[in-house]
Amino acid sequence: MNTVADAAAQALSLVAAADPKLVDIVLLSLRVSLLAVVFGSIIGLPLGAALAVNDFRGKRGVIVILNALLGLPSVVVGLVVYLLLSRAGPLGSWGILFTPAAMVIAQTILITPTLAALSRQVVADGWGEYREQLRSLGETRWGAATTLLWDLKFSLVTIVLAGFGRAASEVGAVMIVGGNIDGVTRVMTTTIALETSKGDLPLALALGIILLSIVLAVNAGAYVVKETAQHRYG
Amino acid sequence: MVVARRMFLGLLFALAVTGVEAQERFITVASTTSTEQSGLFGHLLPIFEKEAGIKVRVVALGTGQALDLARRGDADVVFVHAKAAEEKFLAEGEGVKRFPVMCNDFVLIGPKSDPAKVAGGKDITEALKKIQAAQAPFVSRGDKSGTHMAELDLWKVSGVDLEKAKGAWYRDTGQGMGPALNTAASMNAYVLADRATWLAFKNRGDLAIVVEGDKRLYNQYGVMLVNPAKHPSVKKDLGQVFIDWVVSPQGQKAIADYKIGGGQLFFPNAGQPDA
Amino acid sequence: MTIEADMRAPLSLLPLRLDGVVFEAGGHRIIDGISMTIARGPRTVVLGPNGAGKSVLLRLCHGLLAPTAGTVRWFTPEVPGGPRRQAMVFQRPMMLRRTALGNVTYALRLAGIDRRTREARAMEALAKVGLDKQANRAARVMSGGEQQRLALARVWALSPEILFLDEPTASLDPGATHEIESIILALHQAGTKIVMVTHNLGQAHRVADEILFLHQGRLVERAPAGQFLKRPASPEAARFLEGELPW
Repeated sequence: MNTVADAAAQALSLVAAADPKLVDIVLLSLRVSLLAVVFGSIIGLPLGAALAVNDFRGKRGVIVILNALLGLPSVVVGLVVYLLLSRAGPLGSWGILFTPAAMVIAQTILITPTLAALSRQVVADGWGEYREQLRSLGETRWGAATTLLWDLKFSLVTIVLAGFGRAASEVGAVMIVGGNIDGVTRVMTTTIALETSKGDLPLALALGIILLSIVLAVNAGAYVVKETAQHRYG
Repeated sequence: MVVARRMFLGLLFALAVTGVEAQERFITVASTTSTEQSGLFGHLLPIFEKEAGIKVRVVALGTGQALDLARRGDADVVFVHAKAAEEKFLAEGEGVKRFPVMCNDFVLIGPKSDPAKVAGGKDITEALKKIQAAQAPFVSRGDKSGTHMAELDLWKVSGVDLEKAKGAWYRDTGQGMGPALNTAASMNAYVLADRATWLAFKNRGDLAIVVEGDKRLYNQYGVMLVNPAKHPSVKKDLGQVFIDWVVSPQGQKAIADYKIGGGQLFFPNAGQPDA
Repeated sequence: MTIEADMRAPLSLLPLRLDGVVFEAGGHRIIDGISMTIARGPRTVVLGPNGAGKSVLLRLCHGLLAPTAGTVRWFTPEVPGGPRRQAMVFQRPMMLRRTALGNVTYALRLAGIDRRTREARAMEALAKVGLDKQANRAARVMSGGEQQRLALARVWALSPEILFLDEPTASLDPGATHEIESIILALHQAGTKIVMVTHNLGQAHRVADEILFLHQGRLVERAPAGQFLKRPASPEAARFLEGELPW
């Protein structure tokens, strides 16, 4: 437990000193994961909503698969994206392996199923509640999906943040497609892995505490937003 | 709602803009965990980058992985330490030419309790035989790295048939040098490590150097340009600048200047063509 | 029932004709062959014991369910994708997480009313049900009675030809119930055909011009309200009114 206390103290002093390298690493982590969340939401939320309001053969199968992808291992995603972006791979000519762009792509792929599966659930519940009334008013399926997404936006905030948490805390994908290159693709999680492997456990733990604090702060903010909205709009 | 939309677009813009890096000149070097984790690159590369105006992006893997990366064309230069594997790489036509750069040595690390009674010895083969006889816990990197290949060679030279002798005492972890040391520290096991990583390693537990100085523990590093004929995307001009610098007197001096706790870690020897 | 052929407005939805409509679900036959015509004019109330199929019948008419057999035909069918000329109010008012005004303008947007007219028309409808002062209140925090009134304001703004109501006051107290009934009568006065399901005989007394009595998925009796409620012709209806059958 001494290590944890030491690490917490070290975390505070790191933050206070605001070492430029550390700042860069934190900013890169946020940039990569936030972009992944934005792209993942643009794809995943409408996808989830569309799944919720449409009926088609094999729908249940799709839902099962989607829910299973919630547990997609990040290393697997990293490996697949690496093989795609490698010079020897189909998209090698893009030349974006070992850059933040590759990391954003990998994380987007990782969290889009999460965003789609969870938004599908939320929208499906809403559809169950509103379905008859919306159809009665002449709403189309697509219009209903959009209306529900907007109506449920505060619940969706929670979902989007779950996606952010998953992206910000994963190491398997960014390590492989980013290469953990100093100053270029080194993010918080890969730095923690590196310091751990160098045996500098207190530093690794300190960085871990910083990472957790960021994710916690973001989630706390979301919680407040959601509760206020619930209270006001019912 | 208009305010929210504006903020959102502003955020997107900010994110995009901060992502635009100046189109800089850079090369990708596939190297090993020992050069990265010992801190050598942290010392060496800024000197080169200032000199040549070329940024070096190091992807640190094990030797085997680094060479495989290069075979896929994902690196411009490889900088590893397993001569046999490097020569195979050249024979495959994947590399242009191998230049020796520097050497360091391996050391046998073990617990202070020394169950195999090898501490202080000067003969690595004797030590390994004793460890196998005592079935003392031994951690292997198992990851096709230069260190792993050297370890396997040493077992062979010691006359131990690993396949037959392997048992619960031989822990094949498939990890880099740092993690392997971590594992050895927590298991109080023996492990073969390169001196540089060991000197930079902080989580030693009860471990210490038990055998060193044997000529067979000598560890040579070589640098090669990935063959642009096979991989047109290789930055052959920039890569060659790096290689030329590393074997030049300046580069060699920079390597010699890197010390931890006053001790030199890597010994430049580009002048020895047979290295 | 007389058909007022020449009095009918051109392109009217009504009369609605059901022919041999059957509805089955989960192995049960809920509607067992109903044929009838619903014409303009009288306020129609559908009565019957629990499980008689009243709600299902309403949904078949409104188009929320498709019959297993038989046909449901409007005189002039609605244009698919066009503004709806029927409306329905449910037992639970389903309001979006918006203001009262927002919920009504939403419905108007779906009806294709352009943005400039929407708000004015919505405010007018809110005024008709006495909610104009609450236009900017969040709809879902309003009381059950207020929300149901809002649902009717939504209907009013749309001016449909026919309004289906599925036990609209079942969850409301007598005061709110009375308000809702007044609005329904006003809507009818303004020209909307009313078809309402209720299990409340008092409400049937107050609102109905004619009664459709359903029993086990069949239309057992149809008569003007006064006549039905005093002297029903069928034994099932008689039992229902005497309270032997569950309401």
